[in-house]
Amino acid sequence: MRRLSRWRSAASLPPGLDLCGESGLLDVTSGEASAEAAKPLPEPAVSDMPLLRIEGVAKSFGNFRAVDKLSLDIRAGEFFALLGPSGCGKTTLLRMLAGFETPDEGRILLGGNDIAQVLPHERPVNMMFQNYALFPHLSVRDNIAFGLRRAGMARKDIATRVAEMVALVKLEGLEKRKPDQLSGGQRQRVALARSLARRPQVLLLDEPLAALDKKLRESTQGELMELQRRLGTTFIIVTHDQEEAMTMAGRIGVMDAGRLVQVATPRNLYEAPASRWIAEFVGDINLFNGQVAARENGRLTVSTAEAGTLSVSELWPPVTKEVVSVAIRPEKVKLSRRAPASDEGGSHAINRLEGVVSDVNYLGGVTSYRVKLETGAVVRASMANTARLDVDAYLAGQRVVAWFTADDCLVLEQ
Amino acid sequence: MSARRIFARPARLAAIAPYLWMVLFFLVPFGFVLKISLSQTAIAQPPYTPVFDFTEGRAALAAFAQLSFDNFKLLISDNLYILSYLRSLVVAVTSTLILLLIGYPIAYGMARLPQRWQAVAMMLVIVPFWTSFLIRIYAWINILQHDGLLNQILLALHIVSAPVVWLSTDSAMYLGIVYSYLPFMILPLYATLSKMDASLLEAAGDLGASPLQAFWLVTFPLSLPGVGAGALLCFIPIVGEFVIPDLLAGSNSLMIGQTLWLEFFTNKDWPVASAAAVALLLLLVPPLVLYDRLQRRQLEAGG
Repeated sequence: MRRLSRWRSAASLPPGLDLCGESGLLDVTSGEASAEAAKPLPEPAVSDMPLLRIEGVAKSFGNFRAVDKLSLDIRAGEFFALLGPSGCGKTTLLRMLAGFETPDEGRILLGGNDIAQVLPHERPVNMMFQNYALFPHLSVRDNIAFGLRRAGMARKDIATRVAEMVALVKLEGLEKRKPDQLSGGQRQRVALARSLARRPQVLLLDEPLAALDKKLRESTQGELMELQRRLGTTFIIVTHDQEEAMTMAGRIGVMDAGRLVQVATPRNLYEAPASRWIAEFVGDINLFNGQVAARENGRLTVSTAEAGTLSVSELWPPVTKEVVSVAIRPEKVKLSRRAPASDEGGSHAINRLEGVVSDVNYLGGVTSYRVKLETGAVVRASMANTARLDVDAYLAGQRVVAWFTADDCLVLEQ
Repeated sequence: MSARRIFARPARLAAIAPYLWMVLFFLVPFGFVLKISLSQTAIAQPPYTPVFDFTEGRAALAAFAQLSFDNFKLLISDNLYILSYLRSLVVAVTSTLILLLIGYPIAYGMARLPQRWQAVAMMLVIVPFWTSFLIRIYAWINILQHDGLLNQILLALHIVSAPVVWLSTDSAMYLGIVYSYLPFMILPLYATLSKMDASLLEAAGDLGASPLQAFWLVTFPLSLPGVGAGALLCFIPIVGEFVIPDLLAGSNSLMIGQTLWLEFFTNKDWPVASAAAVALLLLLVPPLVLYDRLQRRQLEAGG
């Protein structure tokens, strides 16, 4: 736990605000010892030495720089997600790890050995392809056994391992089927079993769930996590779906234009994004541009054109620029009919914005509101529907106060 | 009347069209040939007997009694025909194998070219069709003859000291056949190879297969429908090939197409020639059915 928390909590949080360390997330009432005991989920064994070290790796296609001097350490047993918009270079990076592309510069160290120039069939790394790339002329069994046969494994051992993999992905009884006789979900499992059969040190997954429908995707996410925990294999997944990355990965590397812009736990990525771009890319956020007017005791006063003067707790490291954006996630904006008393947010300063509800969207679990301020700016707020009867619901046209504490918002350089 | 039935009628007519075509241009002529093959040769016009004269009405049917399988017996008893059939088979099998060995690498290379170059390569394969087939074979005679281009080049480069006899040899015939049929081998092979998903090869490599293993374990098995289609597309017409062996090969052994020609035009023995043609057709039915199966399977796999 202690070792975990070292890489789990990024440097961008203020000293007093540890979002997922022992005192923050896991243990609210008692001390550190019970936090150890109350560990909700078994975490994979994580050692200090990185299993995979990517050092200054760059790759261009013609004039297009797909990956730009990227460095990253991934520890053994991690579930790591590469997240980014399409064309950000995440797939190119994954293909360099698999050996399908050769880096123009930089090193890829696996267990201390540079594998940047090693051919794909000589790497202890396997990949699960986005389209699964199952061999259409081979049965499920032969697909799974393909890699084992190439490794020169004895017939008897191959049969044992295939049976083991088939059981692992719950495909019993389908061994003799050809890929075109399987459903999408079953094909996905065959691809997973095939890529895991050789017991790779690192499993690369290229958008593994993109072809599945929503329900199946969610259940498969859980199964993938369970599998990864059980096997202890290092998983590196490439995805453009932030929810998927947040659900499954212990750490997420966000890529943009060939660079890693932030590497953090899902929580830190969401609550302490390193830049305005990341704040907008991951989840929904309200942004108000403004100027730093005052700075005292870790508290900034920012004067904005759209939302007046806002009070914000400063993150670490502090912003150096005067022109900033104040960012607040919609679920942290509360709505009330009258302005809350100053102690309603505890001892924290409260920002109050008066406006009129312009739009109400009922989404089942939450309702999202748009509140139009007098300046014309719109604040989005979302509230969990915790009661079946909508006693707390606001109607369009109603006058409300949207409020949030200084601790709940972020200040980001523009 | 429902709308469906109105539209169903022309649709049904359209379905009949190919059968009508088959009956008019294949079954009816084949019936004539079959009838002639059962007749006797005669010095007359037409050169066989009996001739059905339908003006005689019912009496014409009496001619049926004169039909016999004598010509087919001759085909079996005279080894000229059996040898011709065998030679046709040997030539067709050998040529198809050579075509496969040359065509596969070309098709494979084409499929791996960048997209815009693939169209150019395709053009280059098809371009010879713009010139008449016969003219191209005559061109080969020119190249291969005693003082032809090939011998001139070989002599100029001092590879040979005296002109080599190329023309009227089996080598010349094989050269002509392979040259003429190569596009028919390349096109179906290219069609399957270019459809192949590149990620399958990456997956094979990822799972520990060297590029050569990946070829034999993935690319080749997946290209088998193309191999089958290309092979049959070449094999079937080569068995009955007449022009190329007649112009380029020597005259000491004949392919069945040449024997047919001799019987028809030199010996004027239409009944025996017809019997040989019928026998050849029956010989080609199994590979044709096989081709049809392969093509259907490929269509199903593609869909």
